[in-house]
Amino acid sequence: MEFDINVWYDEQIKGNVIFSYKGDISSNVIDQVLNTIEHQLHVIDEKPGVSKKLYNISVEAIQNLFHHVDLTPGNTAENGGKFIIFVIRKLETGYLLSTGNFIKNNRIKVLRDRIDQINFLSTEELKELYRIILGNEEFSEKGGGGLGIIDIAKRTGNKLNYSFNPMKNDYCFFCLEAVVT
Amino acid sequence: MESIALKGTGKTPTVNFNAEEGLIEIKGRSIPENSIEFYKPLVDWLDKYAATPASKTTVKIQLEYFNTSSSKCILDVFKKLEAVQRSTESVLINWYYEEDDEDMLEAGEDYQSILKIPFKMIEIIDEDN
Repeated sequence: MEFDINVWYDEQIKGNVIFSYKGDISSNVIDQVLNTIEHQLHVIDEKPGVSKKLYNISVEAIQNLFHHVDLTPGNTAENGGKFIIFVIRKLETGYLLSTGNFIKNNRIKVLRDRIDQINFLSTEELKELYRIILGNEEFSEKGGGGLGIIDIAKRTGNKLNYSFNPMKNDYCFFCLEAVVT
Repeated sequence: MESIALKGTGKTPTVNFNAEEGLIEIKGRSIPENSIEFYKPLVDWLDKYAATPASKTTVKIQLEYFNTSSSKCILDVFKKLEAVQRSTESVLINWYYEEDDEDMLEAGEDYQSILKIPFKMIEIIDEDN
């Protein structure tokens, strides 16, 4: 059975949701999302250290989506929407950030290997990897050099959960979760 | 050399580059989607500055947030300053971080480990607390 994005989204917005977005991503959307998250953290009077960490991770996560998401199936570069889901829930301790986006099946392996590698490394090893990549000249034209997801893992200190959910044609829906404590 | 004075926005930092005074200051938030576009003129300016630098160069980096896309660009800024340090041996990078912001202190230490320029880590104490 095909993965149902709406059912998955409804699951994500159960509980203590402090922010949720489902729709296309653009530079303006990023501004709105980040402003709203910052405002919400202020409203619930979260400690500065936790707020800062969650904001930083939100910046990386949403900009990663902006740079790397594939066009929504059926769209072309001309009319192209890039659909994403972005949800932050408050847990008993900390926050859960969940993102969802379409990617083409031929990109699964690289991404899965990258996250598995990150999850396998200790915090100290992640810091070392980050320094090596930062000091290395090989950055992609999008500027990030694959540092975004390492940065998220390094800041959370927790393992990343993920799933690749089969969709029609050559696509799957990639779900990523990070717990911020 | 003409100075650079940019007012900060929600996504880009306040920038003050003054060749006469040897002052290089970046302050605020650096989280644009396309950091290369923002930093290119700054790196180009530093390239020229490195040819005839002031006798002493004081660098102040006080960032509240910066994204990984900016991190490489900030390294490019520092690499130009590393060239100034090689010729003048009088560059100091003052890296400011807010009290308890260990991630920002660590980011400074990341650069320190990559570069051959003296760093001074300065904790900003919030007096309201």
